[in-house]
Amino acid sequence: MNSSVIIFPGSNCDRDMDVALKKFGFKNKMVWHDDDKLPKSDLIVLPGGFSYGDYLRCGSIAGKSKIIQSVIDFANSGGLVLGICNGFQILTETGLLKGVLQQNKNIEFICKNIFIKINNNENKFFSNIEKNVLELHIAHNEGNYFCSEDELKSLEDSNQIAAYYCAPDGKIDEKSNPNGAIKNIAGIFNEKKNILGMMPHPERMIDQYLSGEDGSIFFENLIRNLK
Amino acid sequence: MEVNEKIAVEHGLKPDEYKLICDLLKRVPNLTELGIFSAMWNEHCSYKSSRLHLKKLNTKGKKVIQGPGENAGVIDIGDDDAIVFKIESHNHPSFIEPYQGAATGVGGIMRDIFTMGARPIANLNSIHFGSTQHKKTKNLLRGVVKGIGGYGNCIGVPTIAGQTCFDQSYNGNILVNAMTLGLVNKNKIFYSKAAGINKPVIYVGSKTGRDGIHGASMASAIFDDKIEEKKPTVQVGDPFTEKLLLEACLELMSDKSIIAIQDMGAAGLTSSSIEMASKGNLGIELSLDKVPCREERMTPYEIMLSESQERMLIVLENGKENSAKKIFDKWNLDFAIIGKTTNSKNIELYFEREKVATIPIKFLANEAPMYDRPWKKTKVPQKIKFSKNDFKKLKFNDVIKKMISNPNICSKQWIWEQYDHTVMGDTIQKPGGDAGVVRVHGTKKAVASSVDSSASYCYAHPFTGGKQVVCEAWRNLISVGAEPIAITNCLNFGNPEKKENMGEFVECIDGINEASKYLNFPVVSGNVSFYNETKDKGIKPTPTIGGVGLLKDYENIMSMNFKSKGNLVLAIGKTEGSLDQSVFAKVILDEKKGPPPEINLFNEKNNGETILKIIKEKLASSVHDVSLGGIMIAALKMCINGNKGVKFYKFKGLINIYQYFFSEDQGRYIIEVDKNNLKKVESILKKNSVHFDLLGETTDKEIIINDEITFTVDKVAEFYKGWLYKYMS
Repeated sequence: MNSSVIIFPGSNCDRDMDVALKKFGFKNKMVWHDDDKLPKSDLIVLPGGFSYGDYLRCGSIAGKSKIIQSVIDFANSGGLVLGICNGFQILTETGLLKGVLQQNKNIEFICKNIFIKINNNENKFFSNIEKNVLELHIAHNEGNYFCSEDELKSLEDSNQIAAYYCAPDGKIDEKSNPNGAIKNIAGIFNEKKNILGMMPHPERMIDQYLSGEDGSIFFENLIRNLK
Repeated sequence: MEVNEKIAVEHGLKPDEYKLICDLLKRVPNLTELGIFSAMWNEHCSYKSSRLHLKKLNTKGKKVIQGPGENAGVIDIGDDDAIVFKIESHNHPSFIEPYQGAATGVGGIMRDIFTMGARPIANLNSIHFGSTQHKKTKNLLRGVVKGIGGYGNCIGVPTIAGQTCFDQSYNGNILVNAMTLGLVNKNKIFYSKAAGINKPVIYVGSKTGRDGIHGASMASAIFDDKIEEKKPTVQVGDPFTEKLLLEACLELMSDKSIIAIQDMGAAGLTSSSIEMASKGNLGIELSLDKVPCREERMTPYEIMLSESQERMLIVLENGKENSAKKIFDKWNLDFAIIGKTTNSKNIELYFEREKVATIPIKFLANEAPMYDRPWKKTKVPQKIKFSKNDFKKLKFNDVIKKMISNPNICSKQWIWEQYDHTVMGDTIQKPGGDAGVVRVHGTKKAVASSVDSSASYCYAHPFTGGKQVVCEAWRNLISVGAEPIAITNCLNFGNPEKKENMGEFVECIDGINEASKYLNFPVVSGNVSFYNETKDKGIKPTPTIGGVGLLKDYENIMSMNFKSKGNLVLAIGKTEGSLDQSVFAKVILDEKKGPPPEINLFNEKNNGETILKIIKEKLASSVHDVSLGGIMIAALKMCINGNKGVKFYKFKGLINIYQYFFSEDQGRYIIEVDKNNLKKVESILKKNSVHFDLLGETTDKEIIINDEITFTVDKVAEFYKGWLYKYMS
């Protein structure tokens, strides 16, 4: 399986994502933001970081970078796109995903382990996944997902909510919401479920010596589904 | 403007220093030249009060590749890998403008590291604030933490450990010390020594603005009522540009284009150009019109003294200009050839085709003033005699609650949760442990690092305090299973012109030196921050020590959390019961006098090396060093981190139970041992003549003292973790 990770100036999880993808069997290529063509890929990843410094709205400049039109074309033709953290923010800025990511409710950067409950596993990202509740890691200042009531309804109606922040036992409650995201939303899909944006970082949880190993479950499952 | 003594004094120079400048030049300097002298001769850049004493430090060792004198120190960790590291203060600016002050402190130290060709792999920090009751403390803490996070998080370097201290002596002068570790191939280290004549001098990075002018002079002065007016001297950070600069510099460093490179830190273009030329025994010629400026009509004076951030100066090989420029274009950074190296041994500045300054470089560097300031020795204070009555009225449960939620002991999770500590995917011990640990990417190795200070001990007796901080750093590295290799020091002191403060400095250095020599734990880099004084009140002497150690195999990492119930808990090292200067004495008995705990370097080394043996033979389940709050607090932290309880065996010692549990005797650890391993552990301890007490055993949840359940671990965890969140909300 071929994957590509886009590097924007200010991306800082690009190497971590590259390490994770390769560890679980992807042939990964790094793609510079100023390129206009994507290599042949089964998966495009927009990594975390602070693209272009995120001095405007997070992800807004990256959403207009040179490479992004190819990513949009790729996604519209059904290609699999994954945006983690800043990548999620960029996807909302391009319009590929609905809503926005606002500053965390406590107005502070948060770096810690959290749990997510997978809401929809009828898609390439989560089908056949062996656990429904994953312990992952967040590290962000703007992860407070927000959308209009209409958008929320349409997300719910077409089953586009990918995962919710939850307690270790899977219970979705306010206490488990780290950033104030509407309805505890941690990640969403587009309508066709070939684009996933989420705040948690699976690439930081890929061996027993790190903060946890549930990221491995995510990647192992993903490559199995793509084969 | 005609320069005279009054203007020189306004620049922070003393009248006799101004006279010396005129004598050396055999003329009156012009304003630009005066500015350059004031920037190079201030305490921050010249180390004029400290140089004499810093020379004494133990800086050599088998694993030392580069000691003090470069942008950072370098140590060998085997297989051609080397670690570049240093700690630096940003105290004065952080008090004036906490967010930017702290942020640019982090930015500055990271530049020092990647200037040497190393990719930063970990950040640490040591921050000291005034009393938690003081009206400014909360805002300063919030601002500093946001600033540190704002910079480090954006660059994508994990902040893996730190230290926070509250004490009223910092009410008017907070301390922000930032440390960075970088990884480099030991054959590809870059230095700041220029070589060769007619080599192009290149300016890269951000444009030069009017921010931070006289920052280094401000950091060399005491504060008064008008410090708010100093805000313009604080630099403004742009971590995004630094990230680009990091990537661009490392890309340029992959071939042999660079002869010398130096970041523009304190005193900006002035100190960077002079340092490179001075080390190479060369002259340097700069055309200031070519410096990329952010603002219009900047004068030579402003350009030379600006401390705008995210800038570098490079001496390049001839003919490499175009290929180098391409790299900086790719990263959207300014690149300008602003001058060349010369054989004149002068710094010569041109602006609008006129020569605006000529100064022999030796006057600015090696021949800058150096003072042997008068200093006063501190006597060892009398030991306090505690009476039985002091303890009678105490209730154990109240004492535990008060101690574990004390601001200097409680969990600092509120702080480190705001720092990205997992980016780069190699953090295997996050903040909250004895030391932070990151793997050396792609290898079996890992690097451990911690940062420590003990201002109360240093204040009570600087010589003992100096020794203690080094030992504390050593112990923290041992506790995670790392072999201690070397240290960096950030020496935060009051006014060196006062002999008490100067004495504290001299004796702390002597203490640091003695411990560093004995433990073979050399100092490879550091920085001095004097004049931490407001309206005649100085801080407690606060040398901060950053330690670095190596785990050859990261699978042998050790942590402090109790692993399972029914294991034995041992206290390693002798408990004498001295409470003087302990948190217990201060917080519970309201007794602030007395000497700090004694340091026995033989025991320190022997106990530490024995613990390492036990860890290597996989005989310990958890290890934690005993520091503030003594055995009780150390054991409770192990409970809280492991979500286990502990049953202490009935106490049979000769000393008072409070003395046993809360004294801060040095060189001690607590270890958790599986019952089946006890014999082996005992035999190693006995063979090495290490004293130990069998303290008790781990339980499911209950904390049991004298056969009574005092608390559950959940309750204690609430006291421990809750305090800072409550305070900040």
